Amino acid sequence: MSFTLKKIGDAVVVDVEGQLIVGNRQELKQKVLDELEKGERKFLIDFAQTGYIDSSGLGVLVSLSKKIREHGGELRLADLNDDLQTLFELTKLDTLFQISETRERALEGF
Amino acid sequence: MTPSYVALDVEIPSDVKQIEPIVSLVTEHCRKLHLSRRQCSLNIPVALSEALSNAIICGNREDPQKHVRLRATVSDTALVFDIVDEGRGFEMSDVSNDPTTEESIEAEDGRGVFLMRKLMDRVEQFKGPNNVVRLTLNR
Repeated sequence: MSFTLKKIGDAVVVDVEGQLIVGNRQELKQKVLDELEKGERKFLIDFAQTGYIDSSGLGVLVSLSKKIREHGGELRLADLNDDLQTLFELTKLDTLFQISETRERALEGF
Repeated sequence: MTPSYVALDVEIPSDVKQIEPIVSLVTEHCRKLHLSRRQCSLNIPVALSEALSNAIICGNREDPQKHVRLRATVSDTALVFDIVDEGRGFEMSDVSNDPTTEESIEAEDGRGVFLMRKLMDRVEQFKGPNNVVRLTLNR
C-alpha cells in the first residue's frame, strides 16, 4: 500500500494504492497536511487503485476535508469502484464529498 | 444442523499493521469458497478489519504482550468469524449512535460498529475470561 502525490494543474492529486485503513491512515493524513501547510488548497484523492477502506480511513477523509475547507480549499474524490461507492452510500459520506467518476472529471473546473 | 469446519485459526500480535495481511489471507480463502465478489471485496474485509482493529486497540490496548485470535468457521449456510481479545473490550450494545445523522456525519470516529452491523448478517459479543466478537455472514 502506498500514497503517491503529484501536482496536476493547481491540484494535488493523491493516488491510493492498496487499502486505506487504520494501519496507514496517518501516513495519508500527514502527507496531505504537509501540502496544505505548504500552501496547496485543491486536493483530489483518486481511488482507482484502492482495495477497501475501513472506518478509520473514512474518518481521515472526513477530517482532511474539514481541515482543507477551514483553509479555504477543497477535497474531491474520484474513481470509486462499486464497493467503495456502496461504502460511501452506507455511511452517507457520498453527501459530504464531491465524488467524480474519473480523475479528469474531478479536475474539471477545479 | 449444517456441518461446519474450522477454515482458519490464527493468533496475531496486538499491532494494527497485522490487520491487512490477515484480512488478505481470509479474503483469499473466501474467494475459494465461491462467495460473491462483493462479500469478498467489501463485506468481509471491511467488517473483519473493524473487528480486528477494535480487538487490538480497544480490547488489548495495543499491548504487544497480548494477542488477538481469529477463528473462521465455514458451513454450507454461513461463515462465522470469532475475534477474541485478551482485554475487557468495550460494551458493543452501548454503541447505538448513527454516524449518518447531520450531527455525526463530520465526526472522524464512530463508524466501525455501524459498518460491522451493516455488512454482516449478525454481530454478537460474548464476555467471559476474554472478549469475543462473532461476525456471521450468510452464504
